[in-house]
Amino acid sequence: MAKVLHILPEIGNYVLLMRRVFTRPQKLKIFWNQLMLEIEQLGLESFGIVAFISTFMGAVVAIQTAYNITSPLIPMSMVGFTVRQSVILEFSPTILSLILAGKVGSRIASEIGTMRVTEQIDALEIMGVNSANYLIFPKMTALLLINPVLIVFSMWMGVFGGWLAMVATGLVSTSDYVQGIRIDFQGYIVFYAITKTVFFAFIIATVSGYYGYVTSGGALEVGQASTKAVVISSILIILFNLVLTQLLLT
Amino acid sequence: MIEARNLSKNFGDRPVLKNVSCNFEKGKTNLIIGQSGSGKTVLMKCLVGLFEVDAGTVVYDDRNFTTMNFEKRKNLRQEIGMLFQGGALFDSMTVENNIMFPLNMFTKQPLSEKSDRVNFVLKRVNLENVNKLMPSELSGGMRKRVAIARAIAMNPHYLFCDEPNSGLDPQTSGVIDHLIQEITQEYNITTIVNTHDMNSVLGIGDTIAYIYKGELWWRGDKETILKTQNEELNEFVFGTELTSRLKR
Ligand SMILES: Nc1ncnc2c1ncn2[C@@H]1O[C@H](COP(=O)(O)OP(=O)(O)OP(=O)(O)O)[C@@H](O)[C@H]1O
Ligand SMILES: [Mg+2]
Repeated sequence: MAKVLHILPEIGNYVLLMRRVFTRPQKLKIFWNQLMLEIEQLGLESFGIVAFISTFMGAVVAIQTAYNITSPLIPMSMVGFTVRQSVILEFSPTILSLILAGKVGSRIASEIGTMRVTEQIDALEIMGVNSANYLIFPKMTALLLINPVLIVFSMWMGVFGGWLAMVATGLVSTSDYVQGIRIDFQGYIVFYAITKTVFFAFIIATVSGYYGYVTSGGALEVGQASTKAVVISSILIILFNLVLTQLLLT
Repeated sequence: MIEARNLSKNFGDRPVLKNVSCNFEKGKTNLIIGQSGSGKTVLMKCLVGLFEVDAGTVVYDDRNFTTMNFEKRKNLRQEIGMLFQGGALFDSMTVENNIMFPLNMFTKQPLSEKSDRVNFVLKRVNLENVNKLMPSELSGGMRKRVAIARAIAMNPHYLFCDEPNSGLDPQTSGVIDHLIQEITQEYNITTIVNTHDMNSVLGIGDTIAYIYKGELWWRGDKETILKTQNEELNEFVFGTELTSRLKR
């Protein structure tokens, strides 16, 4: 109960911080430079891990489905269909967002947290810089832009991984697999997935930014802030996944 | 001039500053001295608004800082330079970019002009050929000096230094003290320095405020401090072997 009561002022502080984040950057040119840097550090560097995880997950889903189709009445094209649906609907937007919450969220929180405990944020404030905006806004914008790209990339890699596994094992032919991928395809589900991704990107950037920003103490607290950022972002992603699925698919 | 009027600050239910009133004069090096943990850093952070005071007001040359909104404070802060106890250099930027940062943020100067300014302030703190180094590649004293260079890059009207010479050898610390005093007089700015170094106190203390357990205990300057009868201050001043010999 005490923990629940603790949440309310925390939400209040989060909202107050966001009001400082969502202001016009002092200098657009500096914002632009920061944005490019963050896209590189938070986005481009994630392509490798995304490709790796997505390919293997796609392969596993394909193999599981193929082995579970025992009835001759079910066409083997179901494998392609199943891979496509699970990858686009949940795996890429939700699971990968969780993984990115771990990778990117901890990075954001520890970077900003370190700046807090070494008084670098104070130094920004003293210069008259809105530190919340300067530090969090470019990171958030970068994630909002790059995460949808990463997720669409992950979808392709997942479907590709499934195909690779089927060709390697000989369980399903390429033509069956491709046919399955095309069954009853609705562009809306991609829109749904990207909408979720954007929401999750917002959660990752702002929640991690918040926990980094309010760190106090030293190196130990920076570590705690970074853990907290990952845990809370993940919980929120799971919760909002349910809410958004209800809102968007019904 | 900066005026602190009846400042109080608590952390939780622990009072750290108790009704402190003090004026810090223009063109002078105003020292705040006191034991470790007495509240010097907290006082300084209250003066610049990094901590909100629980009671009292801070006035910068007739401008009430305490009642200002965020936007107005932001403007006033462009007149403030501050040296933090740990330096607080941006560790993702080179020395040059650290110093150039406020210039990039708030001026429209061309790059050549900004570079000139960087080299000028670096020279001012006796550093050369460090422009492209990262803060992690500097020694503690060099980092302090770069931090001073950054603090004075924008020609501040108010300069705050939190223990500018802690952790430095006596000679380097003397150089830094001298530098702070020189800048203060040359540009006629209001400078406030936190210190518990007696060399600094006797060297540059135009005005001295002694903080004892969060209270303003004594006011004076580098001449009067040696003759004080105040017991707590005496213990502070003559607490070391060197200074106690001086007294005898
Ligand atoms: N952010 C904070 N939260 C809670 N208490 C604090 C905080 N900052 C400082 N204090 C407390 O305020 C008191 C004064 O601290 P302050 O940092 O002002 O000391 P100081 O005089 O600068 O000491 P030093 O010479 O060691 O730097 C200390 O007891 C410290 O524990
Ligand atoms: Mg201090």
